Amino acid sequence: MRTLRARLTPYALIFPGGLWLAIFFVVPTLVMLSLSLQSGNVVDGFAFTFNWHSYVDGVTTYHDQIVRSLLYGLTATVVQIVIGFPVAYWIAFKGGARKSVYLFLVLLPFLVSFVLRTISWQFLLSDNGILFGPLKDIGLLPQDFRVLATPYAVIGGLSYNFLPFMILPMYVALERIDPRLLEAAQDLYASRAQTFLRVVLPLSLPGVFAGVLMTFVPATSDYVNSSVLGGTNTTMIGNVIQNQFLVNQDYPVASALSFTLMALLLIGIFVYARALGTEDVLEVAAR
Amino acid sequence: MTEIQAGPGAAASAAPGSHQTPAIELDNVVKEYTSHGEVVRAVKGVSLAITEGEFFSLLGPSGCGKTTSMRMIAGFEDPTQGVVRLHGQDVTSVPPNKRDVNMVFQSYALFPHMSVWENVAFGLKRKKVEAAEIQRRVGEILEVVDLTGREKRRPKEMSGGQQQRVALARALVNRPRALLLDEPLGALDLKLRQAMQIELKRIQRDVGITFVYVTHDQGEALTMSDRIAVMNDGLVDQLAAPREIYERPATKFVAGFIGTSNLLSGSVDKVNGSTAVLALGPSDRILAPIEGTVSVGDTLELTVRPEKITISTAKPEGDLSVVQGTVSEVVYLGTSNSYAVVLADGAEITVFQQNAHDSTITAERGDTVWLSWQPQHSYVLR
Repeated sequence: MRTLRARLTPYALIFPGGLWLAIFFVVPTLVMLSLSLQSGNVVDGFAFTFNWHSYVDGVTTYHDQIVRSLLYGLTATVVQIVIGFPVAYWIAFKGGARKSVYLFLVLLPFLVSFVLRTISWQFLLSDNGILFGPLKDIGLLPQDFRVLATPYAVIGGLSYNFLPFMILPMYVALERIDPRLLEAAQDLYASRAQTFLRVVLPLSLPGVFAGVLMTFVPATSDYVNSSVLGGTNTTMIGNVIQNQFLVNQDYPVASALSFTLMALLLIGIFVYARALGTEDVLEVAAR
Repeated sequence: MTEIQAGPGAAASAAPGSHQTPAIELDNVVKEYTSHGEVVRAVKGVSLAITEGEFFSLLGPSGCGKTTSMRMIAGFEDPTQGVVRLHGQDVTSVPPNKRDVNMVFQSYALFPHMSVWENVAFGLKRKKVEAAEIQRRVGEILEVVDLTGREKRRPKEMSGGQQQRVALARALVNRPRALLLDEPLGALDLKLRQAMQIELKRIQRDVGITFVYVTHDQGEALTMSDRIAVMNDGLVDQLAAPREIYERPATKFVAGFIGTSNLLSGSVDKVNGSTAVLALGPSDRILAPIEGTVSVGDTLELTVRPEKITISTAKPEGDLSVVQGTVSEVVYLGTSNSYAVVLADGAEITVFQQNAHDSTITAERGDTVWLSWQPQHSYVLR
């Protein structure tokens, strides 16, 4: 009796989460996969025909948007590492007793809805808004200066919106580093820079790795930032998919594009994990 | 720079009290912290000079300032007042990476992402030693700590004792002017700890480097050290060789902290030359050697070590300290018996009796016994 229960416990633990994912992730994914291979239209209905042309059409037509999305996602990720790492480092090593307060402050923007936050950026960055208006009035900026509807606004929005997802995993990795390791490095003649490069950075890489995964994927497939802060020349693949689904109701192309994006992201992550796998990174850093 | 060399000459040449420049000097060093708005004085004015090649221990309970003192030698703490000198040179404001001393940390602080070899080579690489020389010296020191063949292991793949030896090698490979060890054996179990004590002592003899050893374990300090500074509440209570500290504790604190000791106090009844006679009870008499002036009526505090006391059922004869009491506890310890004896004034005395010839118990619980010891074993506390 007892052994049976012991054997069933792991399954009982995985069951709720597994069921959840099965219903809300696996099933819709399969439905979409089938949809992407169907042909027809909303009026006459769709039929499964193994029509893989939706993939070819999607990729050839929206090639630019796909490349742009990957580029924006990548740039936003790099910006977040540059901004987030010092923040995570500071909280982990200098935060003292108030660490949780600072972490809460990092998470504070999450209390406001994602869309609302992005709209407030729109206010902030508008051509004659509270930020640029006065600067233009006193002549510090030229009258035709603008940020809104440019790639800078979209990348800025992406970087801002996903920043906590970058900071938290990096903080966790940094917080786990025993401060005595830093003292040991110093004791062994390492300067501050060497201590950082040889000890802190390699030990924090698993956190950076996780942060990149958690921000690059949603940033690349995001459509809110582009539609609120961007213009016609900043359309990302997320906007295209949304349009195909909700406006054109071309479900096969929309599904095919979704799958293409998913495949690209998976390949990207795989290559990244291979090239920068934590274990290998640590090997390199130790030399 | 000190060369690593085998042979007994290195350590033996540095007897305490020689007139060379001390390897390490703390000159009236004070360390204050501010914690929750209150100033805490962790170290309240410590002065000591550690001789080249010496095995020196800082001994005391937690919070006595021993670790802080060591961290000031390493450069991790800036003294609030006072001067730290290494080989006569003022290094008070020199950062740790510029000081020619290395530290073995309490939980080793080995770099988890590096192999044993990389850990040990870390300091030499930072000092830009040639690759061939690094190879040679790392190999050499790994041999000293008996880890040859384990160069590629990661710290987490090794036992506590092995990690300890990696930490030791990582510090020693740099041939520091002094090695600082912060409770290095604290995480090991008793057997391993005892083996490592002997091992550490051997390594220290082999390399001839000054060792400064921080510990709260009095047994460890007594076995390993050339000299010990017993610290209490931010001050050095006594600085002397182990035997001196054990036999002639300078303060009540030292007497209580080192080993088991019996504290007695009584008023002086008579002074016979350099011996004071104290009376406790009607049939009690304690003889104690005195230094300086003591007059009749003064109250003296003294200690007697448990193993110096003889327990008997008949009143002993001769020029001995003699007190009478009742046995309250008998404990069989294998190599010895331990008796707790309560005196007439309520003081409890511990007595160790060697089981050298037979294991006969002299007295049982509740028996009235006589305790006696040689006059010179009464040690008067200042």
